Amino acid sequence: MVKSMTTPPAAKQETVPTRSSDRPNVQRPGEESVPVMKLRPTIKYEADRVRGFGREIISVPGCEQLESCIQCGTCSGVCPLSIYMDHTPRQVMALARADFKNEVLRSRTIWLCASCYACTVECPQEIRITDIMYELKQRAIREGIFPKRFPIPILAYDFSEMVKKNGRITEMILVIKLFMKTSWLAALGNWRLGIDLIKTGRFSLVTEKIKHHGDIARMMDAVDDQKGS
Amino acid sequence: MKYSYFPGCSLKGLGRAYEESLLPVMKHLGVELQELDDWNCCGATAYMAVDEVKACVLAARNLALAEKSGLNQVMAPCAACYLVLNKAKHYFHDYPAMKATMDRALNAVGLHYSGDTPVRHPLDILLNDVGLEAIKQKVEKPLKGLKVATYYGCQIVRPYATFDDQYNPTTMDRLMEALGATLVHYPLKTKCCGGSLTGTLPEAGIRLVYILLNEAKKRGADCIATVCPLCQFNLDGYHSQLKAQYGDVLVPTVYFTQLMGLAFGLSDKELGLNRAAVPFKWRPPLPAAATPVPA
Amino acid sequence: MVSIKQDIRIGFYVCHCGHNIASMVDCPEVASYVEKLPGVVLSRDYKYMCSDPGQELIQKDIKEFDLNRVVVASCSPLLHEHTFRTAVAAGGLNPFFFHMVNIREHDSWVHTDRKEATAKAKALARAAIRRVAHHKALEVKQVPVNPDVLVVGGGIAGIHAALTLANAGKKVYLVEREPSIGGHMAKFDKTFPTLDCAACILTPKMSSVGAHENITLWSYSEVVKMDGYVGNYTVMVKRKARFINEDLCTGCQECVANCIYKEPKFTDEFNEGLGKRKPVYIPFPQATPQVVLIDPDVCLNFKRGVLTDKCKKTCVEACGDRKAIDFKQKEQFTEIKVGTIIVATGFQTFDAKRVLPYGYGVYPNVYTAMEVERLVNASGPTSGEVILRDGRQPKAIGIIHCVGSRDKKTNRWCSRVCCMYSMKLAHLLKEHTGAEIYNFYIDIRAPGKGYEEFYDKLNEEGVHFVRGRVGEVTDWGMTPEEEGKLVIRVEDTLAGFVRRIPVDMVVLATGLEPQADAQDVRRLFNMSCGTEGFFLERHPKLAPVNTFTDGIFIAGCCQGPRDIPDTVAQAGAAAAEAMVLIDKGHVEQEPNTAYVLPDCCGCKSCLPLCPYTAITFDEATKKAVINEALCKGCGTCVSSCPSGSIAQNLFEDEEVFSEIEGVLAD
Repeated sequence: MVKSMTTPPAAKQETVPTRSSDRPNVQRPGEESVPVMKLRPTIKYEADRVRGFGREIISVPGCEQLESCIQCGTCSGVCPLSIYMDHTPRQVMALARADFKNEVLRSRTIWLCASCYACTVECPQEIRITDIMYELKQRAIREGIFPKRFPIPILAYDFSEMVKKNGRITEMILVIKLFMKTSWLAALGNWRLGIDLIKTGRFSLVTEKIKHHGDIARMMDAVDDQKGS
Repeated sequence: MKYSYFPGCSLKGLGRAYEESLLPVMKHLGVELQELDDWNCCGATAYMAVDEVKACVLAARNLALAEKSGLNQVMAPCAACYLVLNKAKHYFHDYPAMKATMDRALNAVGLHYSGDTPVRHPLDILLNDVGLEAIKQKVEKPLKGLKVATYYGCQIVRPYATFDDQYNPTTMDRLMEALGATLVHYPLKTKCCGGSLTGTLPEAGIRLVYILLNEAKKRGADCIATVCPLCQFNLDGYHSQLKAQYGDVLVPTVYFTQLMGLAFGLSDKELGLNRAAVPFKWRPPLPAAATPVPA
Repeated sequence: MVSIKQDIRIGFYVCHCGHNIASMVDCPEVASYVEKLPGVVLSRDYKYMCSDPGQELIQKDIKEFDLNRVVVASCSPLLHEHTFRTAVAAGGLNPFFFHMVNIREHDSWVHTDRKEATAKAKALARAAIRRVAHHKALEVKQVPVNPDVLVVGGGIAGIHAALTLANAGKKVYLVEREPSIGGHMAKFDKTFPTLDCAACILTPKMSSVGAHENITLWSYSEVVKMDGYVGNYTVMVKRKARFINEDLCTGCQECVANCIYKEPKFTDEFNEGLGKRKPVYIPFPQATPQVVLIDPDVCLNFKRGVLTDKCKKTCVEACGDRKAIDFKQKEQFTEIKVGTIIVATGFQTFDAKRVLPYGYGVYPNVYTAMEVERLVNASGPTSGEVILRDGRQPKAIGIIHCVGSRDKKTNRWCSRVCCMYSMKLAHLLKEHTGAEIYNFYIDIRAPGKGYEEFYDKLNEEGVHFVRGRVGEVTDWGMTPEEEGKLVIRVEDTLAGFVRRIPVDMVVLATGLEPQADAQDVRRLFNMSCGTEGFFLERHPKLAPVNTFTDGIFIAGCCQGPRDIPDTVAQAGAAAAEAMVLIDKGHVEQEPNTAYVLPDCCGCKSCLPLCPYTAITFDEATKKAVINEALCKGCGTCVSSCPSGSIAQNLFEDEEVFSEIEGVLAD
């Protein structure tokens, strides 16, 4: 349980799984030193399963329906971001249910989910897929499983810390902090956006803070106490 | 009609034009809004990604404060706040363990939430409490000739569809028609804009924005009307990246409250129309007679 | 010590049931215990009481020892009560002087301690001994069965059941609410997997029905009331007004040709709204009876269904000497008496509008499967040409399986026939148009004879099968080739990526569900239904065509989705079940019925409580009266009578209380 940290849990040195179209072992014209047909076995053994992981997810309130998944693929069919995912939402459901925790938490899918809920409303078994994605995001953050300098979990974490401290977020400060931690280049690439925001009077660096900002920390502690007891 | 008003962090920040147009429009219609005292961030999608229970507790504080204020209904214009507050309410009712935690956390700061206070969207309040007839009465400059693509986004229709249809919502459409505008058939009205991915994973996020803008442009929309500050930001803010990757797909994106304000005859400055990156230059034609023309 | 009437002579038998009882209950000990109880003349334990020697033992003992009561402690009465009652009767004793005690399901099978199990067996036996002393001689009631049959519903199920019974010499009333029999099957083009023309195999049967001397066909009619009990049903049938005299109409259709409307203008229901008809029309060319009808909602001679007589009536002129048109015809009510009823009211298709992402009703070129059946049919609105609503001919067609089925938001169940008919439609559409066909499925369900082979055939024809439930059908394009088309977005789960497939036509394989008025119909016939709303069979495996009401049978899709072979088989089964009753001539009723005692005060509290409507109020005697034939012995009235004035055979107060005392004694 993450109690209070000033920095997010250390990101493990993991390479983000590549898309099938970026196979590094395919020799492209002009390349010479790439070995032809580098083989990488993809078989999964029972030892690769983290037994009980599927049950754990199913037992989270709201995620019970995962048991009933018939792998129809509707979720992937309606997901606007499934075309970028290494494992489609349907595959993630199958992997989670089959206890392949590592594959699931290391997938891009959970970070690409924009929580638009299209999958949840279409699922014929009424599985709350988006909420399962949130659950997986939480676990990945807790266990520090994400690529170094990966903006999404860093944003989520910084957001939560800012709220805990001040009760509100100040968008510009949050965004600037994020760029500083992840990619300077990306920050610079958005210079036009920055100018636009200044021109339209939306660039504010004044920290938004509520009167009883101590309340937030107290409430969060009460939650932690209950969980611990 | 008096409501507890929950602006959320965005309406004070990047989405300030939403608040700037919402407040005078509501005032014009005689709807009293009292900003919730010492409201805190609802957590949006970010906190949900870190800890669901804490996210609900965060939202619950606002609901408890609303009850404390004595006003029995909350208006949450920001779509994300609307969803999160409603989600917290649902979890409070559906999951006893969650309820127990929320109670305990609120207790620790001397607050209490009964579970009853409804959280409503301005569109809901406008159509069901104020009524289209009353709105039509206030229209002084009908938006004649304006082709609007109404864009609802995800969060006010999914997963909880309370005041409108989940697949084909029409509250904003009917509102626009009442203002005299012409609707453009826009099948993407509930398609995701990419949310925060436009900033964190631009390759994916910007493409979703492109799809929305492209279709609106193809169907001849003069503008897109939105209900969510993040949707408005996404559709409005990335025009340089869009131009570089896809060519010219600029369609001005405004808040529905800004269009309402224009129809009511309020000034540009009052409505925050200068805040958008893609300027919305269309203004309603002056009516032939001086008397207000109901749409 | 309890006293028992002196002349009671009880024979007690405890069965070992092999190991089932003996492994946990000490049977010899129970037998020797019971032997000492008052009223018991003999007490035996035996390995298998239900066997022939076991039964013969009872019969021998009755005669030898002059027994007048018999108790067997063995398995559940559901299994062998009938066996033992028959054995006792064969031994010369009234079968209701027999009582059975369950020491298997209620004792040996649920205990793990031998001492406790044996003690319980003793207690149960003791209770039975005290009870059986109070048993009275009862007679099994015999109720005569009317040999006529009512078949409700003139689809393939009703038609087959009616023909089977009629050919066996029984008189059948076939009541169908549409103007013609034929049901859904009459609308199909071809049937799977043989691709037989549906009309070609159906119409001979329809003609047989029309011509059969034993079948009274009442089309355009509905059952409105049913009273009675097995073997004796009184049914009221409403004959709706066609405004045509059926006996005089020859089906020449001159009236249709000469109608004041030169062109057909009104929605043609038979053609699923794809075609038009006139106010006077025949539903389809092979309709049986071959009689036209007039729709008063659109006919010019009526206004809002009421006769105004303002039309020129060119139809009457054209009919001429036949004089078959009768604008003054009113609906009629006829009462019939039958002994058995077969309900075969069929199904309705799922309303595709309920699945919004597929765009039915929004995009003109999205069709339901039924609409496509009419489209490809040579006698359909386009004479078999596949022309879309916007006039185009499709070059690519997407067929979406499981529309409305296998979905918790709409219908939970699998509709069983959609995979097969989707394949059939894929074949027919390919034949008619040469288009690229895509079938989008979750699973391919092809269980019947020749079905998997049919799937092979489709694969060989080059139909694309994509495993993925379609996410949405949209009309906005991402590439130039998608412009102006309907785009299907789906995850091809087997190939492993999301696809966008532009098509010209989308066909929705809508599922089967109960008819809209299924609940009203089942209440009319005193039937139960399952959670989905389909009529409930008595036992899903062993009694699939019987209902919980004796004498009423179900057949076909009204019981659950099924294909034509299964429907026909069920219809034959229902006919056979009906014939059992008819040929036997009478039914036997268990005499565990309730009866009203003379001290009934006429408060009428019991009347509304009876689930089988067996209690009526006799105005003459001002007392409640229970119809023995309808009474199922549920006991509701017995327990609720405020003055205790209703008793029940086999559950008399003395019987029940002595049993309780028996268990609690010791």
